[in-house]
Amino acid sequence: MKNNWPLWEVFIRSKQGLHHKHVGSLHASDATMAIENARDVYTRRQEGVSIWVMESENITASKPEESEALFEPAADKVYRHPTFYDLPDELKHM
Amino acid sequence: MTKKEALQKYTLQLADTALVLGHRLSEWCGHGPILEQDMALTNIALDLIGQARSIYQYAATLQGEGRTEDDLAYLRSEMEFLNPLLVELPNGDFADTIARQFFFDVYNYAFYSALKNSKDETLAAIAEKSLKEVRYHQRYSSEWMLRLGDGTEESHEKIQTAVDNIWMYTGELTEMTEVEKAVLADGVGVDLEKIKPIWIEKVKSVLAEATLKMPESSWMQSGGKNARHTEHLGFILAQMQHLQRTHPGASW
Repeated sequence: MKNNWPLWEVFIRSKQGLHHKHVGSLHASDATMAIENARDVYTRRQEGVSIWVMESENITASKPEESEALFEPAADKVYRHPTFYDLPDELKHM
Repeated sequence: MTKKEALQKYTLQLADTALVLGHRLSEWCGHGPILEQDMALTNIALDLIGQARSIYQYAATLQGEGRTEDDLAYLRSEMEFLNPLLVELPNGDFADTIARQFFFDVYNYAFYSALKNSKDETLAAIAEKSLKEVRYHQRYSSEWMLRLGDGTEESHEKIQTAVDNIWMYTGELTEMTEVEKAVLADGVGVDLEKIKPIWIEKVKSVLAEATLKMPESSWMQSGGKNARHTEHLGFILAQMQHLQRTHPGASW
């Protein structure tokens, strides 16, 4: 079964939540079955009210070897944060 | 048979049905073909056992004399259980279990949909709550019928065999007993004659979509609802009840 059932990543949004969080993965033959399996495996303790599934092979991830070039340059660019700027008091809604 | 006796027997029948099938499904725990299905089957088992508890609790208050749900579930013999024969059949392989579950779920969903209009408020409330669970059960087993039937040659053959073998036990689900006729007359019970065409229609459409043949035989096994059981029930109850019978009043 594991030979021809694809792997699916499961994302669940909780009742109070605004976005779907990644909770794990499972095997299923197709999307409908993946939703049902996710319901059975990942929502037993009221973890959520909405399920998204996608085949794992459709996810493209950044490579750990590249994280230096991708993420470190942002570390010393303070001007990208709104708190860097002093706003005059007269500006009420910003 | 008085109204009171009829209602008592009816509640026992509904509870016994849920308990026996729940127990059968619990036998899959740790033995599922794949993790997700192990969880799915045991989740359904828990739903059914939960339904059984609610109904046994009601049955116990109807009987009075300080009886509890445990007395009814653990201290009655197979000559007192009133579940239909279908639910005590062995699990077999995954196809056998799915076929049994599918035929039962289609009936159960139609049944609870009708029971929620019962004049008996407790049964109506139990039906309303259980309906959400059973709706999912029907979805689950129907989807598996499609995948097994319209799957590989091997899965198709296995599920067709399962359907053919189990068919003669399905008629009893919509067969009215004297007890069921009595509670129907009181506005409490469900008219199985109305459920039957719903069941046939749904089964027909799913089997067709699953490219499976609907068996043609109309001869049906019967007797479970009148406490005449297959030898399977004896083994089930021996396993389910031996602890409570050996250590009466024991608790966790």
